[in-house]
Amino acid sequence: MRFDLQVISSWITPGSRVLYLGCGHGDLLYHLQSHKNVRGVGIEADREKAAFCISRGLSVLQENFNEEILDYPANHFDYVVLSQTLQQVYRPEELIRNLLVIGRRVIVSFPNFSHWRGRLQLLCTGTAPKNEHLPYEWYTTPNIRVIAMKDFRKFLATINAEIVHEVAINSHHHQKKGNIIHFLPDWRATYGIFLITARNR
Amino acid sequence: MLETGKKYYTFADNGEGLELDCGSRLGPVTLAYETYGELSAAHDNAILILHAFTGDSHVASHPGLQGEAALPGWWETMVGPGKAIDTEKYFVICSNILGSCMGSTGPCSLNPATNAPYGLDFPLVTIADMVRAQKQLIDHLQIRRLVAVIGGSVGGMQALQWCLSYPQMVRAAIPLATTMRHSAQAIAFNEIARQAIMADPNWNNGRYGAKPPELGLAVARMIGHVTYLSDEAMRRKFGRRLQDRHDFSFHFESDFQVESYLRHQGSKFVRRFDANSLLYLTKAADYFDLTGSDEGSIVGLAGADIRFLVISFTSDWLYPTYQSREMVHALKREGLDVSFCEIEADCGHDAFLLENERLKNMVRGFLAGVSKNG
Repeated sequence: MRFDLQVISSWITPGSRVLYLGCGHGDLLYHLQSHKNVRGVGIEADREKAAFCISRGLSVLQENFNEEILDYPANHFDYVVLSQTLQQVYRPEELIRNLLVIGRRVIVSFPNFSHWRGRLQLLCTGTAPKNEHLPYEWYTTPNIRVIAMKDFRKFLATINAEIVHEVAINSHHHQKKGNIIHFLPDWRATYGIFLITARNR
Repeated sequence: MLETGKKYYTFADNGEGLELDCGSRLGPVTLAYETYGELSAAHDNAILILHAFTGDSHVASHPGLQGEAALPGWWETMVGPGKAIDTEKYFVICSNILGSCMGSTGPCSLNPATNAPYGLDFPLVTIADMVRAQKQLIDHLQIRRLVAVIGGSVGGMQALQWCLSYPQMVRAAIPLATTMRHSAQAIAFNEIARQAIMADPNWNNGRYGAKPPELGLAVARMIGHVTYLSDEAMRRKFGRRLQDRHDFSFHFESDFQVESYLRHQGSKFVRRFDANSLLYLTKAADYFDLTGSDEGSIVGLAGADIRFLVISFTSDWLYPTYQSREMVHALKREGLDVSFCEIEADCGHDAFLLENERLKNMVRGFLAGVSKNG
C-alpha cells in the first residue's frame, strides 16, 4: 500500500465507519476491512476501478463523489478520506465543507506545491515545476489546483476547521516507502496529510 | 429417461387461496421450479434467482441429467459448477413466476371452478404477489434466510420486492438492469404490446382455446424485442443489409435483415408463450412502483440488514442507468449498504443475459463478501 495510505490507515480507529472518495482499486479500504474491522464505503468514478473494488467484496459506488456525498446524513461517517484528489476538485471549499458535515473527521492528502525543488525550478528555470510527483505539462495535467501546505492551513482557518493531526511526508509517487518530515516540512514534504474536524461541532 | 429438471409445488389448495394485492384469492397455486447444487445442513447457502418477463425456471443446465434438463439455461454463463453463482457452493433455486405459462399457475391454467382455462377470469397479479408465492416455496424448502436474491429486469423488480416484503429472509440482493418504478416509456411499450394482442380477432376476450392470437402475440414480441436491443447493437448486427436479395422487393415482404429477424423472433415466441400471460405480466410490471410520496425514496426498507449490488448497462434504454442511480440514492438514504456499477455494453437491455467478465467478477466477489460476513 502507498506510504500516505499507510499513514492514513494508522489514524483510523478499528471498527469505525469510513467513506473513501476516489478510492481507486480499493487498497486502503481492503486493508481497513481485513485488518481493522472497518465498515468502509468507497466512491470511484472510473468503471474499471469500481468494478474491481466490488469484485474484491468492497462496498463501492461508481459515481461522481461531488453529488454523491449529498445523500448522507450529518455525522454518518467517523472518517471521510480524500487522498491525493483535492488538487483535481473543481469546488474544493464546498466539498470540504460538505465532508465536515457528513464525517466527524476528514482526512485530506495532497501533493505539496511548496517543495524546495519546485520553488527552485520556478526560480532558476522560469518554468512551472515538473517532477515525479507532478509529472505533467501545464496542458496535460489533471491537477487544476496548486496547493501548498501553508495555503491549506490558511484555508482551514477561514472555513473554521481545526487540525487534529498534520503529517508531512516525503515519499516517491505511488511508493510504499517514505519518511515523515519534522524539520522544515513546508520546504521538504512531497505530500501533506491532514486530519481535520469542524470547530465547535 | 428424458428429464426436464422441473419440480412442482402446489399450495393454497385448502379453499382459502393465496391473498392477492387486487383483493381476490387464488388457489390452488402451483409453482414450477428447478434447483441446483445441494442445500447445506444448516439450510444457509440458498440463492433465489428471479427470472425476467417471459423467462422460466430453467436458469441453467442440470449436470448429470438427460434431455431437456441438460439443455443450456437462460443464464448458463452465470450459474453452474465453478461459475460466478457457483452451484458447488450455493443451493440455487429458480421458480417460474405466478401468472406465467411455463409451468406455474397463470391465465392458461385450468380454473377449478369451471374446469376451463382461466383466461381473463385470472386475477391481476402484481410483482408483490409473485414474491408472495415464491415465499411459500422458500418456506416449503425450509429455508429461513436466503444468501441472496438475484434478478435482471422484471426479475430485478422481484429481488427488490423480496427485500421490502421479507427483509428478514434476505441477506443480499443483486438487482440488474432494472428500476424501482416502471417509467412512462416502459408502460407505453407494454401497452402497445397488449393492444397488438387484443386487436387480433383470435384473441376473443382471452377465450381462444386452440386458436391463439398468434399474429398479435408475434407483433407484441417484436415490439418487446426492439426495446431489449439498442441502436448500436442493431446497427452492428443488421445495418441496412437486405435479406436474401440484392434489391428492394417493392412489396411489403421483409426486405431488410432486421425485419426478417424480428419476424423470426415473433414466430419463435408464439410457439412457446401464451398471449394472456403476456397481458398479465406486462401489467404487473407496469404497476410496479416502490417509491414513496416524494418519488425519490423507497418506503419501508430503513434498518434492513441487506447488502445491495446494483448494476446497470450503458446502452439499456428500457431501464436506463439514471433509474438505477435513483434506486441507489434511495437505498443510500435509507442507510443501506449498497454498491453500484454501470457496465459498458452496447447490446441494450439484453446485456444482463450475455457473457460479461466484469459482471461475473462483481457477482462472484460480492457473493463471497456476503457469505464471509455471515
